[in-house]
Amino acid sequence: MTNPKGRFGIHGGQYIPEILMNAVIELEKAYAYYKDDASFNQELTALFNEYAGRPSRLYYAEKMTKDLGGAKIYLKREDLNHTGSHKINNVLGQALLAKKMGKTRLIAETGAGQHGVATATAATLMGMECVVFMGEEDTRRQALNVYRMKLLGAEVVPVTSGTATLKDAVSEAMREWTKRIDDTHYCLGSVMGPHPFPTIVRDFQSVISREIRQQILEKEGRLPDAVLACVGGGSNAIGSFYHFIEDKTVALIGCEAAGRGIDTFETAATVNTGRVGIFHGMKSYFCQDKYGQIAPVYSISAGLDYPGVGPEHANLHDMGRAQYVPVTDEEAVCAFEYLSRTEGIIPAIESAHAVAHAMKLAPTMDRDKILVITISGRGDKDCAQIARYRGEEIYE
Amino acid sequence: MSNIRKAFENGKACIPFITCGDPSLSATEKIIRAAAENGADLIELGIPFSDPTAEGPVIQASNIRALDKGVTTDKIFEMVRSLRRDVSVPMVFMTYANVIFSYGAERFISACEEIGIDGLLVPDLPFEEKEEFLPVCRDKGVALLSVIASNSSDRTAMIAKEAEGFICITAPEAGSCTGKELVSLIAEIRKHTDVPCAISAGITTAEQAAAMSALSDGVITDSEIIRIIEKQNADAPRFVAEYIRETKTSLSALE
Repeated sequence: MTNPKGRFGIHGGQYIPEILMNAVIELEKAYAYYKDDASFNQELTALFNEYAGRPSRLYYAEKMTKDLGGAKIYLKREDLNHTGSHKINNVLGQALLAKKMGKTRLIAETGAGQHGVATATAATLMGMECVVFMGEEDTRRQALNVYRMKLLGAEVVPVTSGTATLKDAVSEAMREWTKRIDDTHYCLGSVMGPHPFPTIVRDFQSVISREIRQQILEKEGRLPDAVLACVGGGSNAIGSFYHFIEDKTVALIGCEAAGRGIDTFETAATVNTGRVGIFHGMKSYFCQDKYGQIAPVYSISAGLDYPGVGPEHANLHDMGRAQYVPVTDEEAVCAFEYLSRTEGIIPAIESAHAVAHAMKLAPTMDRDKILVITISGRGDKDCAQIARYRGEEIYE
Repeated sequence: MSNIRKAFENGKACIPFITCGDPSLSATEKIIRAAAENGADLIELGIPFSDPTAEGPVIQASNIRALDKGVTTDKIFEMVRSLRRDVSVPMVFMTYANVIFSYGAERFISACEEIGIDGLLVPDLPFEEKEEFLPVCRDKGVALLSVIASNSSDRTAMIAKEAEGFICITAPEAGSCTGKELVSLIAEIRKHTDVPCAISAGITTAEQAAAMSALSDGVITDSEIIRIIEKQNADAPRFVAEYIRETKTSLSALE
């Protein structure tokens, strides 16, 4: 799907300062070597299975299926992974790669804190230093994850520049990387940024669709009719879509955070409201004003609160291969509560965006259709915030 | 001879960087005049961007202040057009790729040609991506400037060979590379091009500027001017004039 210069259609590329070019070239070379290296892949599979708890379950949500009265619904349970989300897949891959490259320090950005926690975890496991950049606003929304990172031995740097959210944490991590390239790997958390990150992160996350494919063939003897996942930068979504891209009968649906609605300014639905631009190392869709100033985006979910989307998603949209739908805060919160009460599974508020769209879609589909929703993470981290959203004051 | 080339004909070039619209466009206009009258050989005008990922905190804050005051690309074009009636000092724009891309490269670069902007410096457009804007720049006669970093190592020759206007030499942080390293970097560049080299590496004092320009063809002074503007407000043009005069004097002492 990528050409040598890291393009997905017109998207992608390497729009970064000269100071970082040798760092990404070094990474590109190392990855080109290790991605087909048998012992690297053996080590990574062992980490996935023994440490992260893979393969994750593909669970038939029978009560939800019956309640919605349409397509048969399966949940891909990435929430059951160690550290509670799909982020660990990418992080174990990148940390192992960084270690092979002789790096001793990992830096990362984080929004909801899930990627930060996963990076802190991998750094501890592999005996590396770890510094996580997190928007100050997010350190308040996700205080529990800040504590988890510190407990795991990482330094958490609150970012106060700009809107003090995920995009600013990415900018700050990039700045930090320019200052210390020799011993430091920037463990980017989503399928974004300059080439080769969108490809590396996609490859490590593609384990999700590899497993879904195998599991659904075992359970149903056929491929699903639709795969749904939430999209911020888009790492769990691309991981869920990747091994189905060539199977045109499988609808691929990315669920974007519409915040208070795509007709308001308080939204983070990039594909639905943005236009093509160049930012954070890539050409893709971005929420921006007439003059190209990046827009301050909003979503109840800190993990989807990003003004851009990964370049491969931008291209899947351009080609019409995947569809990107907006889901509001209110719909996501309803889905968060619905899945908790129906299946006894509390999803991350990010993943609840995909559940919300499935709740609209499933009843319109026949009962012999199959729908897979990736539950990218667990929702414990979101409970206090959702309680507040519903007007209930609880103390963490 | 190109306008940019002329900037390097008057001894070591003194190149101030100014964020347009911080604290206001009328202030920027006065500051540009003060700089031009007091020894600036070329002026780098920053078009603010919401997320200037390659800048330190001082210039980041300056970008945000300017945007908060409502500055836009069109208003900056207007200011330059009006300045050009009587200010002949060479000027280049420094801005991020998205500011140009979203305006439309053709439309943006045509405007540069029309209002008398001599070059473009785009920090997030490395050698590999320069085709994004280079064909239009060539067509309009606006130089697309190159950046070479202290850690460019084996990329240096490739970039230098195709450099235009002047080369901006950067380092990860102020003081992160030694004079000796810069001397050998410039010697390497010289093997491939005679395009002038200006050092932009967190230069604050006139003494630092002199030391850096001794190694190169000129210096870009950025954060110190921004600090002066932030501190002096209405008096900024006078203080910037003084700073530029001092800097240019110390550069001239090297001749």
